[in-house]
Amino acid sequence: MGRQKTLVALAGQPNSGKSTVFNALTGASQHVANYPGVTVEKKIGWYSRNGYKFEVVDLPGAYSLTSYSPEEMVARDFILRENPSVVVNIMDAANMKRCLFLTFQILEMETPLVLNLNMIDLAQKRGIHIDTEKLAKLLGVSVVATNMKTGFGRKQLLAATESAAGSRAPHKGVNIDYGEMEPIFRALEDRISSETPHLRSKYPLRWLAIKLMEGDSEIQKLVAENHPDPERMVEAIRQWRRQFEADHDEMPEIHIANRRYQVADQIAKSCVQSKTIDRLPLSDRVDKIVCHRLLGPAILVGVIWLLYYLSIVQGYNVTNYTWPILAKIRSLTEAVMPAPGFIEIPLLRSFALWFVDSVNALLNYIPIFFILFGLIAILEDSGYMPRMAFIMDRLFSRYGLHGQSTLPMVLGGIYVGGCAVPGVMSCKGIPDERSRLATILIIPLLNCMAKVPLYILLINIYFAAHKGWAMFFISTISLLLVLPISKILTLTVLKNRPTAPFVMEMPPYHLPTIRGVLTRAVERVWLFIRKITTIVAAVAVVVFVLMQFPGISDERTAYYEGEKQKAVTAFLGKIKNTSYAGDIRSENLMDFVNYWNDYKRARLRTGGGDAAKALNAAYEEKNPMFFEIVRRSGKDGRTAYRAARRLVRSRKQLLMEMKKERIHKSFLGRAGKALESVTHYAGFNWRVNVALLSALAAKESSVATLGALYESDERGESLEKRMAEKEKGFTPLHALALMLFMVLYPPCLAAAIAVKIQAGSTKWMLFSVGYAMALGLSVAVLVFSGGSALGLSGFQAMIAFYALAFGLTVVTGFIKNESQYS
Amino acid sequence: MTLDQLKPGDAGYVKKLSSRDKLGHRLLCMGVYPGLHIKVIRNAPMQDPMEVELDGYFISLRHNEARYVEVSS
Repeated sequence: MGRQKTLVALAGQPNSGKSTVFNALTGASQHVANYPGVTVEKKIGWYSRNGYKFEVVDLPGAYSLTSYSPEEMVARDFILRENPSVVVNIMDAANMKRCLFLTFQILEMETPLVLNLNMIDLAQKRGIHIDTEKLAKLLGVSVVATNMKTGFGRKQLLAATESAAGSRAPHKGVNIDYGEMEPIFRALEDRISSETPHLRSKYPLRWLAIKLMEGDSEIQKLVAENHPDPERMVEAIRQWRRQFEADHDEMPEIHIANRRYQVADQIAKSCVQSKTIDRLPLSDRVDKIVCHRLLGPAILVGVIWLLYYLSIVQGYNVTNYTWPILAKIRSLTEAVMPAPGFIEIPLLRSFALWFVDSVNALLNYIPIFFILFGLIAILEDSGYMPRMAFIMDRLFSRYGLHGQSTLPMVLGGIYVGGCAVPGVMSCKGIPDERSRLATILIIPLLNCMAKVPLYILLINIYFAAHKGWAMFFISTISLLLVLPISKILTLTVLKNRPTAPFVMEMPPYHLPTIRGVLTRAVERVWLFIRKITTIVAAVAVVVFVLMQFPGISDERTAYYEGEKQKAVTAFLGKIKNTSYAGDIRSENLMDFVNYWNDYKRARLRTGGGDAAKALNAAYEEKNPMFFEIVRRSGKDGRTAYRAARRLVRSRKQLLMEMKKERIHKSFLGRAGKALESVTHYAGFNWRVNVALLSALAAKESSVATLGALYESDERGESLEKRMAEKEKGFTPLHALALMLFMVLYPPCLAAAIAVKIQAGSTKWMLFSVGYAMALGLSVAVLVFSGGSALGLSGFQAMIAFYALAFGLTVVTGFIKNESQYS
Repeated sequence: MTLDQLKPGDAGYVKKLSSRDKLGHRLLCMGVYPGLHIKVIRNAPMQDPMEVELDGYFISLRHNEARYVEVSS
């Protein structure tokens, strides 16, 4: 073996405690990646023992090793192609019989194997006693019992793994006798051996023969590819399978599975002694309540509420403590960047601040995500997730979704205030591809936290009389829209996507471990930072360019320059007769303006009393002359103060105007203008278009951009008032169309990346953006143009639309989806 | 008789799996095979899916999937 790394693969059925074993073996040295081409997670870890290095790969949990699901295929291909030195098969000691079904399949692949009877403590508690020595002898492999929660058996497992690694000695244990099928296997082996010599050296012959009789499509393809006359070979296999079924009235794959279970049964009978315990297992007693007809749904609602409360509400409170850190980063950036001129803001400065703001907006969610991911890990580890799916499947499956869509939809914001990113990320577990894609595509249409500020803004202005109803409308309409949309998607674009059976294990409840939960939460937050934040940062650059360039024309720059001169001259003229004349000149004017702004800002932040005194003292020391002016001391001070106030105000106004003009003239502004020809049917003018376009990067931007477009004047009025004043033609109907567009608005950048990761292709990412945009626009046009034509008020249109969506939900619930198993 | 016709509390033996695609495979590898003793535990709050016990562990499946499992009492 030398100093080389030894490759160890962990294989096991779901719920066998595989990840606990993985963590116990590798500790903190882990790495998560994806298998190429599929969305299955690949976990790799390392450990050293007796001077040897071991690399451990945690294969996806699989009940079997066929080509029916990506998990099974990934696990199988890894064992076949990467040639691990040893496979450690982890099994739930209490469920030996079913787990052996997988063990036999690994043994047939002729790989060195160590069998790990995990969670032995739970088995013992249930009165199950296993004779490990006898089991080891029967199977011809080492068997180690462990309880990884206490570390029991860990050393023995490491030792057994090391000694089994690389031992290619012929297997001495049980060989399953497939009875009447054996002659066929021999014939098949002969043919494969002589007709496809290439495969003979690479794969175990008997295993190939078994797979072919099982009807495994991938292996059939493999053999056909390596066969000189593929059609004849495939036909021969088909003939053998048909013949067997005709002779024995049993499908070949069922015969094979049956034999495996029979042998498993014999082994279990001879190695396992179980005392029957009269009372029901604890899990079953818990399920009497958790899956109860009335209590079950009530508990589900309670769990969802708790999830929201702890992550969104309490997590938001935590951000109050973490936000100052991010704000500090921003002010540090501000300090390091070149200082602003009177009206010239250096490009580097505005870019750096934009960049920090964009990244901060996402980083600010980290406390929320950390709590959320921790809670999800608890739900996953405890075994509650399958119960959630069990309760909700009937409702969701009517709309082409799946019981397991429940958690993603809760995270996405089924009421108000979720986030599409963790929602989409948690779709991974849905086994059914059609439902998984449908769930991924509808999650961004739910009410994420960032959509809420725009709703509140519009409701406050245009639905002030019916605030409660409008809030109820917007909170529930998204669910009424996503159900029929999902149904329509699964009946159209997703029609031919494969589905999978619902059949799902209801594992016993487990107490999650703190370590397991924390590891998972950290892992997922890290994934979020790595995959999403980096891309968002990159795109922030692009959006900046689109909003900044081509910029203000020379002509207009000259105009603003003139305005600046006017303001400066006016100021200098006013202080000409004061004692400051000559001391404040146009050369040091900027110092004064910055001093003024800094003082005003600092004064706002500090309270009265000693703090204010200390602040004043500090500023007085900094510059006694400027201090006189900001404090209005003496007649000259008062005159200068008035002049300075006007100067600062004109500067602010100029900057605002320039910003507005820059956006107006920018690529984004032009796009907004160009889109007006279409969007005016939906009631959106170019300003709204620009706000919506800027929201593509992050939805929070919509309100911020509107804030910039409806520039604040000196009265410092709220955005509500400004918007109401500047958009005289805007009616509640306009607002309704805009809100509904926001509901259906395409996923923000971070969510779009999540869609790409989970759906596994850029194509679906583009689709998720495109269809949402088209749909949003159509609904907005329907509401605005339809509402205008019928002369409906905003509130009437709201009721009409709600009724329409409700009707559509009910009607589409009755249409049947065809399943696509094969 | 097929599995979907059993009520909570009913039990029987699996006689035959009559699905040859993914569903049949999934049932097989989750441990549903001819000769096995099977007991219906409960239906979900909205009646579908159902939960069954096999040999010490529990699985849930939709009624339209249980249709492909023939049982005898």
